[in-house]
Amino acid sequence: MTGGAETTDLLASVSLVYLATGAMLALALAFSLGRLLRGPTLADRVIALDLIGFIAVGAIGLFAMTADLPSLLAVALVAALILFLGTAAFAMYLQRRSAS
Amino acid sequence: MSDPGAVESALTLDPTLADPSVLGLVPAALILLGGGFTLLAAIGLLRMPDLYMRMQSATKAGTLGVALIAIGAGAHFGRAEFLIEALLIIAFLFLTAPIASHLIARAAYHARTPLWDRSVRDDLAGLPEDAPSAEPPPDRL
Repeated sequence: MTGGAETTDLLASVSLVYLATGAMLALALAFSLGRLLRGPTLADRVIALDLIGFIAVGAIGLFAMTADLPSLLAVALVAALILFLGTAAFAMYLQRRSAS
Repeated sequence: MSDPGAVESALTLDPTLADPSVLGLVPAALILLGGGFTLLAAIGLLRMPDLYMRMQSATKAGTLGVALIAIGAGAHFGRAEFLIEALLIIAFLFLTAPIASHLIARAAYHARTPLWDRSVRDDLAGLPEDAPSAEPPPDRL
C-alpha cells in the first residue's frame, strides 16, 4: 500500500456516493408517500404506489451494491415483474368500477 | 500461463472491480444519476397539477432512474452475467411501465378524471359520451 490516506479518501467518497443515492431515494419515497396520502383520486394513489415500487427496485439494486450481494439483482428483476402485475390489476379494477 | 491469478483477473472485466470496497467511477456516476432522476420523478408526482401529468412524470423519469441504477449495479460487479441480469431488469421495465401507465390513464379518463383547467388539448374530447361502453364488457377482462 503506497498511501493509506488515499485509500481512506477513496472509501469515504464511495460511501458518500452510496449515501447520496440512498438519500435521494429516501426523499423520493417520502414525496411519493405524500402523494399516496393526499392523492385526490384513486388513480393518483395507484400511480404513487407504482413509483414506490420503482423506488423499491432501485433500492434493492443499491443494496445489492452496498452489501456486495449480486444475487439480489434477481430479486430486483422479480420485483419489477410483480410490480407490473399489481398496477395492471389496479387499472382493471378502476376501469371496471367506472364502467358499472 | 497457468497462473490462477491471471485466470481470475481475466474472468472479471476490470481487476479493480473485483474488490467490493472499490466503486468504479462509471457505476458511481450511473447510480447518482439514477437517484437524481428518481427524485425528479417523485417531485413531479408531488407537484404536477393533474393526474395525467403526474403519471407521465412518474413513469418516464422513474423508469429512467431505476434503469440507470440497475445498470450501475450490474456494472459494479464487473461480471458479464450480472450485467445481463441488469439489462433484463431494464428490458422488463421498459416493456411493462408504459403499458401500466397507459392502462391507468385510460381507466382514469373513462372515470372522467378532470384535466388541468389550463390544458390546451384533449384528443379524446370529441368521442361519443358512451365511448367506454364500446369496449368489451368488464366481465370479459
